[in-house]
Amino acid sequence: MPNPLKRTPLFAAHQRAGGKLIEFGGWEMPVQYSSITDEHFCVRRAAGMFDISHMGEVLVSGPAAESFLNATLTNDLRKLTPGHSQYTLLCNERGGVIDDLYAYRTGAADFLLIINASRITEDFAWLEKQLAAFPQRGAVTLQNVSEHTAAVAIQGPKTPGLLDQLFPEAKPSGLKKNQIACGKFGGVQIAIARTGYTGEDGFEIIAPATIIESLWDTALKLGHPFCLQPCGLGARDTLRTEMCYPLYGHELDENTTPIEAGVGFFVALDKGEFIGRSILADQKQNGVTRKCVAFKLPEKSAPPRPGYAIWSTGPDARAIGHVASGTQSPSLNTGIGMGFVPPEFAAVNTPLEIEVRSRRWPAVVAAKPLYRKPAA
Amino acid sequence: MSSPVPIDLRFAKSHEWLRVAGDTGTVGITDHAQHELTDIVFVELPAAGRKVKAGEACAVVESVKTASDIYAPASGEIIAVNAAVVKDPALVNSAPYGDGWFFQLKLAVPAEAEALLSPTDYAKQIGG
Repeated sequence: MPNPLKRTPLFAAHQRAGGKLIEFGGWEMPVQYSSITDEHFCVRRAAGMFDISHMGEVLVSGPAAESFLNATLTNDLRKLTPGHSQYTLLCNERGGVIDDLYAYRTGAADFLLIINASRITEDFAWLEKQLAAFPQRGAVTLQNVSEHTAAVAIQGPKTPGLLDQLFPEAKPSGLKKNQIACGKFGGVQIAIARTGYTGEDGFEIIAPATIIESLWDTALKLGHPFCLQPCGLGARDTLRTEMCYPLYGHELDENTTPIEAGVGFFVALDKGEFIGRSILADQKQNGVTRKCVAFKLPEKSAPPRPGYAIWSTGPDARAIGHVASGTQSPSLNTGIGMGFVPPEFAAVNTPLEIEVRSRRWPAVVAAKPLYRKPAA
Repeated sequence: MSSPVPIDLRFAKSHEWLRVAGDTGTVGITDHAQHELTDIVFVELPAAGRKVKAGEACAVVESVKTASDIYAPASGEIIAVNAAVVKDPALVNSAPYGDGWFFQLKLAVPAEAEALLSPTDYAKQIGG
């Protein structure tokens, strides 16, 4: 094979755990171990662990790192004190999204960017190109450490107690949402962040590839009383879809802006110039021609899938857009999804129809997130 | 893990089973198939009266992750569909050879059943 699939350092661990492996963005990754529904509820109710080692890590350091990144990313990094992080986007000059990512400030002049696996090459090439044109380029270093860096996400309401056992010195339960701290595992330095992609409380642990399998095995062992299970990309997708978190290649791509995708909250127009700013400012002011909405189908409908046509209803019914993400929601027990429609169809409660195998099923625009945690 | 393959059925390579009684054939998907698909959440069945050819896609089964076509293992006219499985798709997971059946055919070419895989050959195909 000319282009074999890449494997994470946890590949053997997935095989041992009975993971069903599929291709995802050029990687051979577990889609599920027990079942998607089982793993989904495991994260919503207890604790689940995901291999996210395929994701990319870029280190940006130096006295001008903050001003370089603030001219390149959409959110305002000046708001981050060391030890904090934010969701942000990397846009081209047209405001189209090159990638969405998390930016962690690990020191006054040090940043860690966690980027999508399928976008590592594009992102790094773009960052290098922007840096070459940046006046203070001598005061910034860029390093792609994806190859040697692994990561796991441990997510769910029971994770704080587990994390404190796993890292007794760092006491991760003391971290606030979006905080990141250093910790040690087997004498090796790692980073622990209270971030995730599931809508539950949880942590992401970034560690050298060499120790991740030992960390994974230890977490599974210590996680037993917390009902910790390994979880695959299938549950990761249903969990994030219920929360309406975008997935690159679905809600986001180089021809879609953050404003169209519904993540304009993470575009800081007031911070000064950055790539894509003029188009994003214009869209925020004057509106967009399509918007990413969340929708829900009644029970017992066919599940919506990416690419299905979205129709308006009534005598003038016509195809008005397409489904970007869609699945059967384990928590809500109905078909749910996100899709792009003209703004006149974007208001909550607007009736829509989703075309599934030439038959149209009723749906309705719903508020984001689609799933809200029941009050404790 | 291999699941026991019933000895009174014939099997398509695409994991449908056929139970023949006179000129009537009952169709469902195998335990192996439901195990691979996991968590069936939606089943779409053909209309009664529709005539199907062996190998024709005529039903759809959806798991959380994906939609899969179900192919008629033999030719004939659809004479009954299982409304219970449409109402409760999880029956496909819990009773793939029983209450989780999909539809019944009036077999047009009874000899087609003989061309399907025997239980032994199907067990071999799924690595049993």
